[in-house]
Amino acid sequence: MPALRFRQAIVAALTDEMSADPTVITFGEDIAAAEGVFKATEGLLATFGPERVRDTPISEMAFTGAAVGAAMMGMKPVVEIMFIEFLGVALDQLVTEAAKMRYLSQGQYSVPMVVRASSGSGLGFGCQHSQTLENWVAATPGLKVVTPSDPQSAYSLLRASIADPDPVVFLEPRILYAERGEVDFNLKMKLGQARVLTTGSDLTIVALGNMVNVSKAAIAQSGVSADLIDLGTIVPWDRETVLNSVRKSKRLIVVEEAPLSGGWGSEIIATVTRELFSSLVSAPFRITTPDIPVPFNGSLEAKFAPNAADVCRQILESMKNNSVPDAWWVSEGVAK
Amino acid sequence: MNNSVERRSALKDNEVAWFERMLEIREFEKQTNLLFASGSIRGTTHLCVGQEALAVGIASVLNKDDVVAATYRGHGLALALGLSSHSALAEIMGKATGCAGGLGGSMHLCDSSVGILPTSAIIGGGMPIAAGAALAFQIQKKSNVAVAVFGDGATNIGAFHETLNLAAIWKLPVIFICDNNVYGEYSRFNITTPIEDLHTRADSYDMPNLKIDGMDIYTVRTALEAAVERARTGGGPTLIEAKTYRFSGHSRADTAPYRPEGELAEWEKRDPLKVTQEHLIAKGLLSSEKIAKMISETEEFIQATIKKVLNDPEPTVKDMFKNILAESKN
Ligand SMILES: Cc1ncc(C[n+]2csc(CCOP(=O)(O)OP(=O)(O)O)c2C)c(N)n1
Ligand SMILES: [Mg+2]
Repeated sequence: MPALRFRQAIVAALTDEMSADPTVITFGEDIAAAEGVFKATEGLLATFGPERVRDTPISEMAFTGAAVGAAMMGMKPVVEIMFIEFLGVALDQLVTEAAKMRYLSQGQYSVPMVVRASSGSGLGFGCQHSQTLENWVAATPGLKVVTPSDPQSAYSLLRASIADPDPVVFLEPRILYAERGEVDFNLKMKLGQARVLTTGSDLTIVALGNMVNVSKAAIAQSGVSADLIDLGTIVPWDRETVLNSVRKSKRLIVVEEAPLSGGWGSEIIATVTRELFSSLVSAPFRITTPDIPVPFNGSLEAKFAPNAADVCRQILESMKNNSVPDAWWVSEGVAK
Repeated sequence: MNNSVERRSALKDNEVAWFERMLEIREFEKQTNLLFASGSIRGTTHLCVGQEALAVGIASVLNKDDVVAATYRGHGLALALGLSSHSALAEIMGKATGCAGGLGGSMHLCDSSVGILPTSAIIGGGMPIAAGAALAFQIQKKSNVAVAVFGDGATNIGAFHETLNLAAIWKLPVIFICDNNVYGEYSRFNITTPIEDLHTRADSYDMPNLKIDGMDIYTVRTALEAAVERARTGGGPTLIEAKTYRFSGHSRADTAPYRPEGELAEWEKRDPLKVTQEHLIAKGLLSSEKIAKMISETEEFIQATIKKVLNDPEPTVKDMFKNILAESKN
């Protein structure tokens, strides 16, 4: 199996889907001639030519909307929104148009498109280029929302997203683009199916994107025996895998790179609490970022998103007392 | 008077000071680039080398109570408008002494004492805000103006068209300055735009518009003075397209391989520093010896600034929890 960088796994998925299906096209800012700001579209223009691989003006609303229209007419567009923040100027086309087409036409039209966007903190890009923002789209029925955590899931989940008949928002953790991992090109993954990466008996940890890697390190540091579930798809999320795991472990922690308020993890905890309340040995809880914009300063940014040391602390504290530990900003007395 | 305000008034009718400020910006950007390359600056930087005449031209015409909404390519404009090199560099290096306490970074400079609204890293982000500032001035019956500075690429975003139209029908005291430095990221502007002269886009909003040589501070000032006068006297908005050139890559490590050979060299002949210098020598205001001295003093000044910033404190963990919302009064 080849070891690919995360960004190369994206290229491979796009290449394979475009080869397999002539209706797949891709466009975005500087993705063709310059092969993408993150080099996640390297070689596509050379391989597939300028009709299927296009540079766009800085016009996210127009090209995202154009993807919606093209998708309704039988194409499968994949658009790149360089930073998820830029979806702000195109949100109508995705949330209020694309997400409603199947419903409004009662199945006469469908929108098989993918919005790829980089997401997340850790690179020193400041508060307008470091957010995750999946909560913008996760609360919109009619969209699917996917986040890979390594090159394998980037490859397999992007292929599944492109093949999917509905609009999919595919969020790529920016911090992972250069990371390497083995990729099996024959491994298929389904949207809505989580991966259990490690199995154990003490507790269940559910994570997404780069938080999967952070959680993996935290589990190793803490020495606990845990099920680590890489959710992969936020909408629709894999209830069965999560519930089965918690049924066994009776403890749940969700690790999320998103502000405390309004994150997808709350949805998971609400469901687990409702379904398994009487069998839980401690209250399920979330480890998130504080409710603040992403700070630029390096040491503060490192502290902002959940890190292995803090996740480890919270795992151990909760195991010891069967209680919910304080967030670091509360235990360190810097904020409420 | 704080340091920024003084630095701003120093530009009033002082041609030598304009040149001095342009030298400071040039050296600041040069050193910022080196600090970035050596790993002392994290994240990203967008340099404005080649675009100094526009920055200082704008700052020398506007009053300190006017406001400017600029972009991530904003170091030069911020320094021109009055922000100190120390405060700007400290911000870029994430220090507590930076203009945003080290929490914003290179793309987000700000100084309310001289009208620098927090610069936006979203294309088009500042334009509606400039129009809104102008609306406030209009309602408050002030003669202040608002200025939005943005790139060639930004004229393809919806906010540009919506804001021009709104500003036109409300006759807002706002000036739109398109800094056409030929590239938007890695794309030449005429690949993403079907016209050569972007200022003509204002025709469809019945808004006065013109193109100018953005490499010559005197040309910049003349055009801006007319637009500002119109705005201050109720004549509404203007779109000025300044033809400039981005001497550096777009950001970070971009070496601009997409540039046709010889293009940079051609534009460097009209380096805004060279152009200004020629004016000043012709007017007898500067000699080559004096210029050489100014250059070495600027280099020393920026080196001293770097030394200071390196010793400045970092923001604390508590700092990042401040200023999310107003402190509650009860
Ligand atoms: C809405 C939005 N889309 C895309 C970007 C990414 N981006 C940052 S700078 C840039 C190029 C802008 O070009 P131009 O307007 O000419 O300004 P310049 O960088 O040349 O000063 C792009 C596409 C962004 N910041 N915001
Ligand atoms: Mg430009």
